[in-house]
Amino acid sequence: MLAKRIIPCLDVKDGRTVKGVNFVDLRDAGSAVDLAELYSRTGADELVFLDITATVENRGTMTALVRSVSDRISIPFTVGGGIRSEDDVDRILSAGADKISVNSAAVRSPSLIDTLSRRFGSQCVVLALDAVTNPAMASGYETVVDGGRTPTGIDALSWAREAESRGCGEILVTSMDADGTKGGFAVDLTRVISGNISIPVIASGGAGTMADFREVFVEGMADAALAASVFHFHEIDIPELKEYLRENGIPVRMGR
Amino acid sequence: MIAVIRYGAGNVRSVLSALGRLGVDGTLTADPDMIRSADRVIFPGVGEASSAMASLSASGLIDTIRSLRQPFLGICLGMQLMCAYSEEGNTECLGVIPSPVLRFPDGRGFKIPHMGWNTVSSLSGALFRDVKEDEYMYFVHSFYVPVSEYTSAVCSYDGLEFSAALVNDNFFLTQFHPEKSGDAGERVLKAFLEA
Repeated sequence: MLAKRIIPCLDVKDGRTVKGVNFVDLRDAGSAVDLAELYSRTGADELVFLDITATVENRGTMTALVRSVSDRISIPFTVGGGIRSEDDVDRILSAGADKISVNSAAVRSPSLIDTLSRRFGSQCVVLALDAVTNPAMASGYETVVDGGRTPTGIDALSWAREAESRGCGEILVTSMDADGTKGGFAVDLTRVISGNISIPVIASGGAGTMADFREVFVEGMADAALAASVFHFHEIDIPELKEYLRENGIPVRMGR
Repeated sequence: MIAVIRYGAGNVRSVLSALGRLGVDGTLTADPDMIRSADRVIFPGVGEASSAMASLSASGLIDTIRSLRQPFLGICLGMQLMCAYSEEGNTECLGVIPSPVLRFPDGRGFKIPHMGWNTVSSLSGALFRDVKEDEYMYFVHSFYVPVSEYTSAVCSYDGLEFSAALVNDNFFLTQFHPEKSGDAGERVLKAFLEA
């Protein structure tokens, strides 16, 4: 049976992890590769690296990082953040990433999804969709860009459907309402998207407890769940989370 | 020498990296002579069937691959291309395994591609020497090969059983990505290197 996936997300700036990672057992807490290896060893099913490097000049550090991650870990990983062109994607995939995610650039130029999926294959194109609650939208959710700062007037479900028809292989849905709150995933948003498209959906934003994961898999119909700080700060331990989910009848991959 | 066939299909780097973790150097090549003389051959694959076949044909690799006698590992698209025919782009393939490659049916309520970790069972053959029944492997695909006498591992996706691996003499083929399947995948690769 296909397992529900648990995906830690690492924010990376200039090749180093940021946002308060405090692993005592890492030689270098800022080393994204060491952290990636640790997660891979403890049973993470996949990893996402989000490049938050501010300057174009430092983008090269991400390529080098992708290369070392590919050398060291044996689970799939996605790279997102600032991807705007075919060349960006070619560079990241050639360095060894399995998938890339596009966000704002795809909203501004939806044909980017067609171009990327035709050239590199749907399976490696993930749409990162950031949404907020907006009762004026048909689905109740609006697409936002620029890290949530800019509303687009585009209904989140219609954007998800459009991205699917343009050829993306997976959608990473982040609730900007829930993100950072640790109050639980946006279950309704996740279900609205996942229940109405036929490609896998990764739920993101709001993870606080193990029960939140169970809820987003069962009620939210998510295929995978992504979180950052609950893993980075040891609030949730991945083997323990998987054991909990398994006891609750959710198919998960045990081991590593 | 381990030859990794270069034919324009993606993620060859992760295959080379996985070999590197096992202490083995893979040589990326499209040269028929090098491929023929290799001790082992790996045929990786992420991509689309018809363009992959066109690329193999342009490199003069079609007969080369069919005639190989050393241990051969085809991965994902590299497994599907060894079959007779693929519904992806209505493509005639290499025919080492006389099976069709079919698209997962739409409208059964399950998501396509079949993406993520799934269990493999009914294991047989050298590749699975160190793998237990129902261990998880990583899959990403929209097309599948039905179960037949060539099937050496079975996977089930919402009730549809398909070939997770095939074997015909020296040709070992996996639908899953051993290079991305963590510890279990590493054991498959290691068994191939010792086959």
